[in-house]
Amino acid sequence: MNVQLTGTYRPSRDVVARKIEGEIILVPLAAGMGDLEDELYTLNPTGAAVWRMLDGRRTLRAVAAALAKEYRAAPATVRRDVLGLVAELARRRMVVAVPR
Amino acid sequence: MKARRAPRLRQLDVELTERCNNDCVHCCINLPAGDGRARRRELTAAQLDRVFAQAAQLGCLTVRLTGGEPLLREDFKEIYLAARRRGLTVRLSTNGCLLTPALAELLAAVPPLEPVELTAYGRDRGSYERVTRVPGSFARFRAGLDLLAGHRVPFRLKGVLFRGTARARRGFEAWAAKLSGARPELTLLLDLRHRRDSTARDRAIAMRRLTPRQVARTTCADPLFREQMKLFPARYMGPQGDRLFTCSAGTSVCLDAYGRLQPCLLLRDPRLSYDLVRGSLRRALSDFFPRVLAVRAENPDYLRRCARCRLKGFCRQCPARAFIEHGALDRPVDHLCRVARAQAQLLGWPLRGIPPITVDRRAS
Repeated sequence: MNVQLTGTYRPSRDVVARKIEGEIILVPLAAGMGDLEDELYTLNPTGAAVWRMLDGRRTLRAVAAALAKEYRAAPATVRRDVLGLVAELARRRMVVAVPR
Repeated sequence: MKARRAPRLRQLDVELTERCNNDCVHCCINLPAGDGRARRRELTAAQLDRVFAQAAQLGCLTVRLTGGEPLLREDFKEIYLAARRRGLTVRLSTNGCLLTPALAELLAAVPPLEPVELTAYGRDRGSYERVTRVPGSFARFRAGLDLLAGHRVPFRLKGVLFRGTARARRGFEAWAAKLSGARPELTLLLDLRHRRDSTARDRAIAMRRLTPRQVARTTCADPLFREQMKLFPARYMGPQGDRLFTCSAGTSVCLDAYGRLQPCLLLRDPRLSYDLVRGSLRRALSDFFPRVLAVRAENPDYLRRCARCRLKGFCRQCPARAFIEHGALDRPVDHLCRVARAQAQLLGWPLRGIPPITVDRRAS
């Protein structure tokens, strides 16, 4: 999945994000989004923070920069993590790219 | 995936109807498919959607759609999609006879995320229709099963063992495992009518129950059960005293077809049900159920027997089953007591000191 820092993404309409006991759980509405072990996808706190920022307007570079500032983390590490997560979510069709 | 902390509402069971297209000899709830009075009282799809929204807000992840036969509802598709759009996963319990290509396509395109629970009342036409009492129902069941398989909708089979059919268990299990890829879940203990609405049907159900020894032999033949019972009772089995509700009742709840919220799927004591049409799930869970489920046993027979019995881990006695059998929450159910003793005996548990069965004037 070719995910770039210049790309913008938003949650797919085929997924419902549930906040349960402090965790974000992505519940697919369409077939083929989950994996064999578990159809649901649970985001860790960092993943949840990324998810909240995928508003279809901010680029992934802007998302990573905001998170690096918020968590006082190395920008390069955060950029790598954001790209990895969004690529995984895009592969599962849980997020969609927004054309610029 | 990480382990999740339990939400406030663990699971919601929703009976979409008490009506059924079959007329099973052992059924504890069914009404005729064409019962217009029952149909008119059933909650609408819009009312159910409001319940699903409340359940999702309370952290519920899974809703079980059951009945009666849930697919009898003409608006089933609307109800199913409402639950899924609220982010709930769906456990659909059905006899499968009313599955259509369109419904199978729906379940394939918008997956329930839980295997469909398909009840098989037999593995051939004769055994199946002796239970359902509806000619042609076996062919419809097989067509429904084939639709699910053809659309790759995950399902698991459930079965029922009756007196006189226990010997067919192994054949049934092998047949079901071949079709679904897993061992079927078997019902061994038949409940009487949940609404206590027919003594004639209660008698017919009681006649078909496996004997306590048959139940014990079937459960104890399962290596997993034997292994669990080695570990579980040693740690947890002991007298439970006068506290009646020690299960998940009140944290996993059941909505009946007409809008009454019950502590569980079995318990229909009107004193313990909540009017959800006028109230809210949050209020039911935070105020109503904690109050009514704090009830303690007062029946001397229960206090002498069940409250002091250390075979609790074997026994299926619970307030719901006591209500179904006797109309009271705290009366021992002798049939269950005998099953627990038979299991304990087969597994080599000493019965010395277990309070004897002495009183039960009604045949159970």
